[in-house]
Amino acid sequence: MSTPSLRTRLAARGLDGTTLLVLPGLAVMLGLFIYPFVYGLADSVMPKEGPWYANYVAFFSDPFQYRTIASTLWLALPVTIVNLAFAVPIAFRVRLMSRQRLLTTILVLPITLGTVFVADGLLTFLGPQGWFNRVLVLIGLLDAPVKLTNNYWGVFASLVITGFPFAFLLTLSYVTGIDPAIEQAAATLGANARQRFTKVFLPLLVPGLAVTFCLAFVQAFAVFPSAVLLGAPAGPTRVISIAAYQAAFEQYDHSLGTAIAMIMGAVELIVVLAVLGARSMFYRGPTGGTKG
Amino acid sequence: MIRDQGLVSKIWRYAVWAVAGLFILNLVGVIAAVVVNSFATRWLGTWLPIGLTTKWYFSAWKEFQLSSVVFVTFQIVFTVVLISGVLGVTAAYALARRDFPGKRLVVLLFLLPLLIPPLTYGIPLATVLYQLGLGGSFWGVVLINLVPSLPFVVLVMIPFIEQIDPRIEAAARVFGAGTGSLFLRILLPLLLPGMLAALLLVLVRTIAMFELTFLIAGPTSQTLVVSLYYAVFASGVRAGQSIDAMAVIYMVTTLFWLILALQFVNPSQIVARAKQQPAS
Repeated sequence: MSTPSLRTRLAARGLDGTTLLVLPGLAVMLGLFIYPFVYGLADSVMPKEGPWYANYVAFFSDPFQYRTIASTLWLALPVTIVNLAFAVPIAFRVRLMSRQRLLTTILVLPITLGTVFVADGLLTFLGPQGWFNRVLVLIGLLDAPVKLTNNYWGVFASLVITGFPFAFLLTLSYVTGIDPAIEQAAATLGANARQRFTKVFLPLLVPGLAVTFCLAFVQAFAVFPSAVLLGAPAGPTRVISIAAYQAAFEQYDHSLGTAIAMIMGAVELIVVLAVLGARSMFYRGPTGGTKG
Repeated sequence: MIRDQGLVSKIWRYAVWAVAGLFILNLVGVIAAVVVNSFATRWLGTWLPIGLTTKWYFSAWKEFQLSSVVFVTFQIVFTVVLISGVLGVTAAYALARRDFPGKRLVVLLFLLPLLIPPLTYGIPLATVLYQLGLGGSFWGVVLINLVPSLPFVVLVMIPFIEQIDPRIEAAARVFGAGTGSLFLRILLPLLLPGMLAALLLVLVRTIAMFELTFLIAGPTSQTLVVSLYYAVFASGVRAGQSIDAMAVIYMVTTLFWLILALQFVNPSQIVARAKQQPAS
């Protein structure tokens, strides 16, 4: 018996002509994603002057720079929690609707229009003479218009307008993935609405909610255009992406810029890993009611 | 479905709908504010503008040189769609059909750009592109936009290709189809709906992609959304109505493709892979 040819042996391990089709796409990702990332990491430890860690020292010793981490988290974490807290009950209601299409189409609008358009609209809408303030004054909730643009709340509002639909649509796809028979079984056994939610749905939803939280957090954490246009980019809404952009493209110090970009990625990764780590403490298993 | 009839759950139900309605009302208000302002002659301190006019559209079109910006936008977007479509579908085909050592690593590589904030990889990539002399150029913008759009096509197409029965291809081979005619007459027609959906979604996302394009775009390679950012950033230089007219033009170009895309996909697919399967 002769040994099979190299071609046959490779094919048995899943390597043949079809597998090679992955190469062009892989090459693009290696060239445009991995290489710049490694380059950036190396670039960040080759500062204009000083020892290799000079950029990181420069960032963490200047309050104007290191406070951007806190101000970014101070925006991104509350916004993500608020968006998710509203998304879950509304998704539970919408799940019962037969015609969800119109609602989901309306909600997908701000996501596709993007943060720049929303920021432009909010500048008019939330302005001192905008409809939002006028309505609140008209119904007597306010005596005088409040300032909602060019500060923290402007950026907060823009992150809710684009972030809530995102969190909602993701949550909805997880909620509708749970077999309704499970809820019916719980109701048959005498569980009321609150018990059905806390004892049945919530444990099933935790993995999905953790992923939704991470994806929504990544979006909010990367806030950039609305923090400049709607916020106070020199003050409380000087987020870390503004710091990275300014270092790289306004002070032309790409070494410091990439260092801040790496810090930004690391902070985000810590939060994401913390959330996913907490998830593993909960139930993991099928959400379908049928076998298999 | 189970519906509770108690008073508390009724109040809860109304409260949830009220919050959802309030959100949609504000969302419509934000978009309407832009549209109304773009048609306003003067709008200061009143509920609605004093008069209506279309002159801002003409002045915005001239001031912001929109004919060239729109042209460049579509050139960039279609190039990105074409490249990410060709490379993405072939890569997805290999990943869906073959199990090879290191496949998980490759899939992870395609997942990462969607999990990392665009500026984190955008700034090093823009630095590299500037050093290659591509800063501010058409190809620089195209290359930086490939990083999120290629993985997006791959991840949308993998499950779509997986659900096409490989025995169809085997049957075509048995009847004597070569690789060329197998691809043209068997695979392409089967893949077309999925490709159309994936590519339209990439189109919509690339038109709206601000952060990455902003890092690299020069005066001749600006897309609409970047021009809009600069206009809003420098507001006060030009009439607000003119900026809003540009925003409406941007909105119309995005919505045109969005509505086209929604003929093929579920809205929730724009944020996530469709996970909805009717429970059996």
